[in-house]
Amino acid sequence: MEIREISAQQITDAVKRLFMDCNYYIGKDISCAIQAAKERETLPMAKDVLQQLIDNNKIAAEEQIPICQDTGMAVLFVEYGDKVTVRDGSFKEAVEEGVRRAYIDGYLRKSVVSDPVFDRTNTNDNTPAIIHTEIVEGNTIHITAGGKGFGSENMSAIKMLAPSAGVEGVKKFILEAVAHAGPNPCPPMVVGVGIGGTFEKAAQLAKRATLRPINISNPNEKYAELEKELLEEINKMDIGPAGLGGVTTALGLNIETYPTHIAGLPVAVNICCHACRHKECVI
Amino acid sequence: MRKITFPIGEKDLTELKAGDRVLASGYLYTARDAAHKRMYELIQDGKPLPIDIDGQTIYYVGAAPAKPGYAVGPCGPTSSYRMDKYAPSLLDLGLKVMVGKGMRSEAVIDSMIKNKAVYLAAIGGAAALIAKSITKAELICYEDLGTEAIYRYEVTDMPLIVAIDSNGGNVYVR
Repeated sequence: MEIREISAQQITDAVKRLFMDCNYYIGKDISCAIQAAKERETLPMAKDVLQQLIDNNKIAAEEQIPICQDTGMAVLFVEYGDKVTVRDGSFKEAVEEGVRRAYIDGYLRKSVVSDPVFDRTNTNDNTPAIIHTEIVEGNTIHITAGGKGFGSENMSAIKMLAPSAGVEGVKKFILEAVAHAGPNPCPPMVVGVGIGGTFEKAAQLAKRATLRPINISNPNEKYAELEKELLEEINKMDIGPAGLGGVTTALGLNIETYPTHIAGLPVAVNICCHACRHKECVI
Repeated sequence: MRKITFPIGEKDLTELKAGDRVLASGYLYTARDAAHKRMYELIQDGKPLPIDIDGQTIYYVGAAPAKPGYAVGPCGPTSSYRMDKYAPSLLDLGLKVMVGKGMRSEAVIDSMIKNKAVYLAAIGGAAALIAKSITKAELICYEDLGTEAIYRYEVTDMPLIVAIDSNGGNVYVR
């Protein structure tokens, strides 16, 4: 395979488009799930909240304004082909510029502070982004982008279980994390679960899981079954839309896994609100 | 649906019950984490606040920027629990209504009962829809905080739910 040149501008334009689009247009997986949930709910309040979300998402798309004021911290998962070289700039700077342009030109909220503890000054352009890069074979760049709001991010949890905890321990921890989140993360939520790897790998898998469309199950049958079972359990919690009760506490639950150490069973739960924004493209 | 006006009147304040749905008009102030921290520090230092909050309403929000031709950008509620550390001091100064989403601490609820205040919830994530009920936004102070500055919003028929009433009735506790 020959080396392929991609201009920095092309990357910037693609990233800008991804973040503007994911903030204005809710994904079909989410909108279909909200619609189906509204039909399932019997409580008038739950139905009404879901209808408000449907109306909200329609307004956002029609007027090209953000679905939610928290347009998130920019998270990107990049599969970077090893036969790609970037012309007229660096990949990292091209991505940051794309984020900057999306958040400034697209009237998205700038929600990033420069230092977490001492100097919480807004960077005013929503940079830096969180970029997870994996080098893969090929001559393309595949980007999956998500604007991650922190109302739900703050409700996330991670635990290093002992292998003896088994699937029951895994289930217990996930359900506890969701119950603890309660009405705070803007339910109905999307639950991303990462199991395996190391401490940081599990967290990254959980985030990746929130970016997988909720109508696509884990390819492994056992995990697909676990996804289904956990989603059913969560929807019995009566947290409901906006935390006001009902049978729709989560719209979806996605699990991503990775091999792990003989001594470990890391489990991470990354919670996302109903405005689960994700969009991908291949350059 | 009951219509209420901000600043809230005594009758509405006492009659609102957890779970009631209301349409609110009038005006309120916006403030979230950073503005609360500043106000809290002023109170600690015995200094006056930039706004007289006696009888007033604070909406926990940091709006997205307004597109040209819009009064405000999308502006749904942020999680209220992050303001729990600061809320009792403001309630002691006469704050009557807090608007946000999600749980509050025991300390906040106790202070609400003591000071006769209510906590109303807006639908989290319905930000583009909520923005339709805000007709005017005026910057009051802390401009350097960007989206976290304090604004005065004029609102018309803003859809809200009584989350915790002045007797401690709580819609999240079922």
